[in-house]
Amino acid sequence: MSKSFIKGNVAIAKAAIAAGCKYYFGYPITPQSDIPEYLSGALPAAGGDFVQAESEVAAINMLLGAGATGKRAMTSSSSPGVSLKQEGISYMAGSEIPGVIVNIQRSGPGLGGISPSQGDYFQSTRGGGHGDYRTPVLAPATVQEMYDLTILAFELADKYRNPVLVLADAMLGMMMEPIEEWTPEVDTSANGQWALTGAKGRERRRIKSLYLAEGELADHNWRLAEKYKRISQNEVRIQTDIPEDCQLGVVAFGSAARIAKSAVDRANEEGHRVGMIRPITLWPFPTEEIIKIAESGLDFLTVELNTGQMVEDVRLAVNGRSKVEFAGYPPGYIPSPDEVYEEIMKRLKDKE
Amino acid sequence: MKTVFKRPDSLVDVNSHYCPGCHHGTVQRMVAEAIDHFGIRERTIGAASVGCSVFMYDYFDVDVVESPHGRAPAVATGIVRANPDKFAFVIQGDGDLAAIGTAEIIHAANRGEKFTVIFVNNTVYGMTGGQMAPTTMPGQRTTTSPAGRDVLHDGYPIKMTEILANLEGVGFAARVAVDTPAHLTKAKKAIFEAFAAPLNGEGLGFVEVLASCPTNWGMDALAANRRIGEEMIPYFPLGTYKERKSGDAD
Repeated sequence: MSKSFIKGNVAIAKAAIAAGCKYYFGYPITPQSDIPEYLSGALPAAGGDFVQAESEVAAINMLLGAGATGKRAMTSSSSPGVSLKQEGISYMAGSEIPGVIVNIQRSGPGLGGISPSQGDYFQSTRGGGHGDYRTPVLAPATVQEMYDLTILAFELADKYRNPVLVLADAMLGMMMEPIEEWTPEVDTSANGQWALTGAKGRERRRIKSLYLAEGELADHNWRLAEKYKRISQNEVRIQTDIPEDCQLGVVAFGSAARIAKSAVDRANEEGHRVGMIRPITLWPFPTEEIIKIAESGLDFLTVELNTGQMVEDVRLAVNGRSKVEFAGYPPGYIPSPDEVYEEIMKRLKDKE
Repeated sequence: MKTVFKRPDSLVDVNSHYCPGCHHGTVQRMVAEAIDHFGIRERTIGAASVGCSVFMYDYFDVDVVESPHGRAPAVATGIVRANPDKFAFVIQGDGDLAAIGTAEIIHAANRGEKFTVIFVNNTVYGMTGGQMAPTTMPGQRTTTSPAGRDVLHDGYPIKMTEILANLEGVGFAARVAVDTPAHLTKAKKAIFEAFAAPLNGEGLGFVEVLASCPTNWGMDALAANRRIGEEMIPYFPLGTYKERKSGDAD
């Protein structure tokens, strides 16, 4: 374990190497270019390879090819580039090919801007591409978590033979924080059960998502659905801090959670009792945990850097048990902690 | 008794689903012969493309991964970059390689990726029902060019081998046909060369095969075979367009 003071993007790149990722395929786009820049030097030095692809479309398909051979590999991009990757992510999900995709979100829609945003929540958690599939989505809120969750992403990808998304944004990617770097035990030998390595001493293997025979595709989709259920049951991660006699629970993820946390701390310092609920996995969403909190009668305020996306999942979980309100800041605008504090105060006042 | 003809080891003993007169099976057999010839079956990984060619995974006795439409050269790039000790090949049709996948083939070729691309050009989208392809001949009627391809409206048939032969990363590029026994012999030789190029570290190996699609041409197998010689070869000249032997100075 070693301490360093690094950017979030660099933390992701270093974590990938610590996790045994040897191959990276990507295309330059702000604000994530630190990742390919770092890996273009570090991966060849680690005995791997770095390919600057002609497009994000090509990059995700290179990841598909490398992943099909059971090797740990990664691509990263930012929102418009991740839109281009959706075709490949759908194929990887359909063919059950592991791989890690990092999205350092910028503002959309369209070319938008390079400022932080959480506008890709729907795209990330609803599949994003065509078909009925899911990808685990990990949402770091600190540079340390950029490191830790990237390592987890590689582990989940192999464990479930599924693409896994790390969803951060320009703020987390560009900020520097002190972190502890660590190296996990890496064992990818289980991939040998299915990976394409050449049909030596065994039957040929085919990795595909095309199923044309009667009933075959439905069976395939049911099998995928079972896997998604298993992931939902086993991989939910959430951080909650709910004081006694809590008056309001603030739900936020990623960089919005950093801002919201400052606002919640200020409110609590002033004698109010406000809770903080931070989903770390956006899919699977911590539905059960939120239900439990809602059953205690607590109302919620969801804070996001978009005009209302995760709040839909909060409402689905709460399902009328208590009130769910929303404070959103559209892509292209970053609220101060004071603005979020005012939103909290407004809700507390409404209750009085 | 001496064996003079047998199924290549790299082909599975199953019935072909391809239409009567279709050349996909012919091409696949020659590719299998190349795999056998170089003794690489146990370290070969194929990347299937989209279209009639996708079903290659039913016929080759090798590991195969399916690619999205046009992306097989990117998928194969990922395979060989992560596994420099393995051999990869792709078989793509004209819609896959010369339309939706133009960027992927050109850049894979330009990077000199070490794999082999077999491009089956039958001037039409086969699997989707005979629509106009980038290689559809001027005046050729298809389901999306019912009055015949109008070059002023739809552009000209694209000559991929000539384009790719201009790229430094290509070790071997040739156009062949499979309509006559003499052409078949040359086609097999070219496919072997296209396998040798990446195996010898000379760059990407590429062969364009002029092939027939009797079903979507509305012809019987013999008429379709004749069309290759009469219409396609005059526009798409056969020959080796790029040949780099190991040790060539760059």
